[in-house]
Amino acid sequence: MTSPAPSSFSDPWQAELFALTVALSDAGQFTWHAWTEAFGATLRRHGANRMLDGGEDYFAAWLETLETLLATSGAAPSAEAAQARAAWERAYLTTPHGQPVRPDL
Amino acid sequence: MPHDHHHDEPHSLLPSDPALRVKALQTILVRKGLVDPAAMEAILETYETKVGPHLGARVVARAWADPAFRARLMADANAAMLELGISGRQGEHVVAVENSARQHNMVVCTLCSCYPWPLLGIPPAWYKSDAYRKRAVREPRAVLADFGVTLPEGTAVRVWDSTAEVRYLVIPERPGGTEGWDEESLATLVTRDSMIGTGFPREAGA
Repeated sequence: MTSPAPSSFSDPWQAELFALTVALSDAGQFTWHAWTEAFGATLRRHGANRMLDGGEDYFAAWLETLETLLATSGAAPSAEAAQARAAWERAYLTTPHGQPVRPDL
Repeated sequence: MPHDHHHDEPHSLLPSDPALRVKALQTILVRKGLVDPAAMEAILETYETKVGPHLGARVVARAWADPAFRARLMADANAAMLELGISGRQGEHVVAVENSARQHNMVVCTLCSCYPWPLLGIPPAWYKSDAYRKRAVREPRAVLADFGVTLPEGTAVRVWDSTAEVRYLVIPERPGGTEGWDEESLATLVTRDSMIGTGFPREAGA
């Protein structure tokens, strides 16, 4: 074990979500304590009816928690987030392959 | 989710729903100046290339080789880690717990997935799974058995529940037959799981 182990992200968006959350906490948007409390509550709710495997479902709960925190704080209201998501989707569907994808916001 | 595909012209592959939602948040927060893209890049680079169990292994190897360091590590892990240039980026308080013939230590986070990032990097999926998080406290010996770890009858199991504020590092017992080994060689025996308490270090010569 002399080299770094491969990271445990199975998709790039999971790594981006992780970095975004840590950066927001570093920037003072929320304390890490508040984050773990909110995330723990989401995991409990999701895991109430089924066993979470700690992979995709874990990051789905992570994303839901961050969206809720940012909607509640007003940093990223739900309507604004939905609009930005739609803009990204539109951009992907209309940008010819090989060209940079830019949302029209 | 139905999409209005434009079959007449090739377009870029549409990312998954969560990927689009992450991009949406990023776009909004960067535009509002609430997050710095360069800071995100730096965090990604750190966790993808620099931080991992090799750092924890260096700490354990030094603790095995240097009794004075071990004493400092047990008294104040953060200060001892700094001696090796390892610091917790979020100011997490790290506590080292040592295995002995009498006690085996095992780490979990029942709340979510708190983990000693500066020493071990990003936790593996099983650490974040309900199967582990919900069972580790209730039936630690059964969980250990799933990992192929069986302990002598006289060895007690102590489970440490991590929080946002306190993260634990298990110091496994030094394998036999390693007298006189230098730290670098010792570090090659230290596995990630042995520092979580769900495994043993590799055997010398294995």
